[in-house]
Amino acid sequence: MGGGVGGTILYANWDPKFRANVEKSIPYSDQVFGLALGPAAPPPVINKPVSQTTGVLEHILRSHSLSFVSLNLTKFVVKHKLAHLTKEPPKCTECEHEPAVKERPEGEVAARLAEQDKAEQDLLTSLSSNLEDALGSTAKVTLQAIGAQEAALQAIAQHTRQLREAMEAEAPPDKKSTQWRVLEDALSERSRSVDEAGAAVLKAKAELDKLRGVIDGAKHLKIAAARPSILAAEENLHSMVVDLDSVVTRVQTAQSEAKIVSQYSELVNEAKAQFQKELNSITPEIQANWKGLTGKLTQDDLNSLIAHAHRRIDQLNRELAEQRVREQIHIDSALEQQKLEDKKALEVAISTALEHNREQMRLEQEKKVEETREVMEAEMRTQLRRQAAAHTDHLRDVLKVQEQELRSEAEEILNSSLMEKETEYRRLTQDQLDSFTLDMNAAYARLKGMEEAIDSHVIAEEEARKAHQLWLSVEALNYTLKTAALNDPTEPLEGAVQAIKESCAEDEFAQALATALPSESLSRGVYSEASLRARFYTIRQLARRVALIDETRNSLYQYFLSYLQAMLLFEKAQEAPPAKLSAEDLDTFKLLSYAAYSLEHGDLELAAKLVNQLKGESRRVAQDWLKEARLTLETKQVVSLLSAYANAVGLGTTMAP
Amino acid sequence: MSEKELGKKLDRCLADSAVKLGAGLGLGIVFSVVFFKRHTWPVAFGLGMGLGMAYTNCQNDLRAPYLIQRNIKMAS
Repeated sequence: MGGGVGGTILYANWDPKFRANVEKSIPYSDQVFGLALGPAAPPPVINKPVSQTTGVLEHILRSHSLSFVSLNLTKFVVKHKLAHLTKEPPKCTECEHEPAVKERPEGEVAARLAEQDKAEQDLLTSLSSNLEDALGSTAKVTLQAIGAQEAALQAIAQHTRQLREAMEAEAPPDKKSTQWRVLEDALSERSRSVDEAGAAVLKAKAELDKLRGVIDGAKHLKIAAARPSILAAEENLHSMVVDLDSVVTRVQTAQSEAKIVSQYSELVNEAKAQFQKELNSITPEIQANWKGLTGKLTQDDLNSLIAHAHRRIDQLNRELAEQRVREQIHIDSALEQQKLEDKKALEVAISTALEHNREQMRLEQEKKVEETREVMEAEMRTQLRRQAAAHTDHLRDVLKVQEQELRSEAEEILNSSLMEKETEYRRLTQDQLDSFTLDMNAAYARLKGMEEAIDSHVIAEEEARKAHQLWLSVEALNYTLKTAALNDPTEPLEGAVQAIKESCAEDEFAQALATALPSESLSRGVYSEASLRARFYTIRQLARRVALIDETRNSLYQYFLSYLQAMLLFEKAQEAPPAKLSAEDLDTFKLLSYAAYSLEHGDLELAAKLVNQLKGESRRVAQDWLKEARLTLETKQVVSLLSAYANAVGLGTTMAP
Repeated sequence: MSEKELGKKLDRCLADSAVKLGAGLGLGIVFSVVFFKRHTWPVAFGLGMGLGMAYTNCQNDLRAPYLIQRNIKMAS
């Protein structure tokens, strides 16, 4: 970088054009070059305005480069330039991007640019208004001047014409006086108008100078947008100047012509005066104006006049000859003079034309410069836009790539850490699970053991409870059996049996037993032994009375006989039945006494059996009793079985394991 | 109560005999008075008839359990 800069400086030192290029293209390089190499030699196309304009252009370009070139670019260039050069940083009043650069935020820059633009705009409007005013006034004044000049021209022309007319025309004396008067008027008119024109020209020139001053001032402000208006103003100025000058030259030529004509008129007047004097000398009484002399002259006068005239003619011829001779010399000298004057005039004209041309060229150049500047600026803007777009694209791409990379990295890291954490987590959970499972298993086993123990207990208790309940219900049944009042059956056993059935729902034996109870006992209840015993005596009595009656013997007479038998036959009230009944024991009376005996001894069963052996009407009479006895016996049997069973079950359950 | 049955039967018997006798007597009297000019024999006849009827009724009643019943099914 340092080598590049050094090489640039050396080459700029050697090639001024290169230096100018570099100075134009790179801001601050001119100051750098100035510091390093000294001021630049003026370029070969030495044209002050051009160089001025280039200087102005540079200034303007620089200012605009600072306003419109991207911050980064200038920053980069400036930083590099200054980093590698040990000179002091260039001062720049318009430059706000100082070497201690920091990227300004876009909003601020935009604000600054907007401010600048606004300031420029204001300045521009003021400037343009100024220019317009100045232009207007100047134009007015110039027009006035031109008008005055034209008027002067006209007056001069008229005057000379009239003078010529007056010189050449031969008019009567009165007309001549009017002519002379008219001429005088014309002369006065001409002088007046010439003065006016001169004053107007001065005023116009003053105005033009003022305008120029304003334009220069505007140029000094170096605002680009004003350039076209400045250029236009300059053009106008130039054209005004040109017109003014042309008019002035026209007036001058007219004036010179007038001078010639006046000189001629003077000469003529002189000649006339001379002639008049001569005439007066010859004819002293003649009137002054020789043109009015006709008709008043005498012959002598005429002769003398003619002689004078001839003399005059001769003189004049001589003079003419002389004059002809001198003519050439005069002509030559006049030519010479004229040549000199022409040359001078030419030079002046050339100089003015040159000036005008130069001005024109300068204006054209400025215009062209302006155009090219516009084009360049537009191009630069598009390029900058492109660059910005490219920059943003590049940034976007880079950011995308970076994002991708970072994302992939982050994902990798994330994945790896996630895996680690997962494995860790799994391990921990597995450990936890294992320990937990162990605990759980142990607890479960214990629980199972406990449950089983409890269940067995429960079962045992259930069994015990059931047995107890069964026993209770059986006891209840027993109790109900005892509720038999005398001659009345017990309560219906249904409830107690139901209770038993409920209490031993799954015990088949008990169920069977419970269902084995005769239905009458359930619905009606059974008679107690005591009642049966009591009832037996009635039965016995009756059975005794109808002992003879059976299927074959059942008339009323037999009834009577049976009654008689009963009355007359006496048996033992109670007689112990033998172990085996023989045929003769089947007698009614005997049977009855056996039954009575068994009954008295509490053996209802035997009694019932014995009563069962009765035959005939006795049997019929004892049928009900027998049924009841049977019922009672059955019930008692079942109940005793049940109670035995309940006791057994209870014993079984309450047995220690 | 099968043992009470006999008693009931005998009660019925008695009642019936009383009625029959009464009726017989009545009839006898009536007949005797109306038809037989107050002879006593209709009365005795009536009484006898009454008694006989009562006796038979009683006997039948007392025999009733021993009678073999036949369920006659009518051929349809």
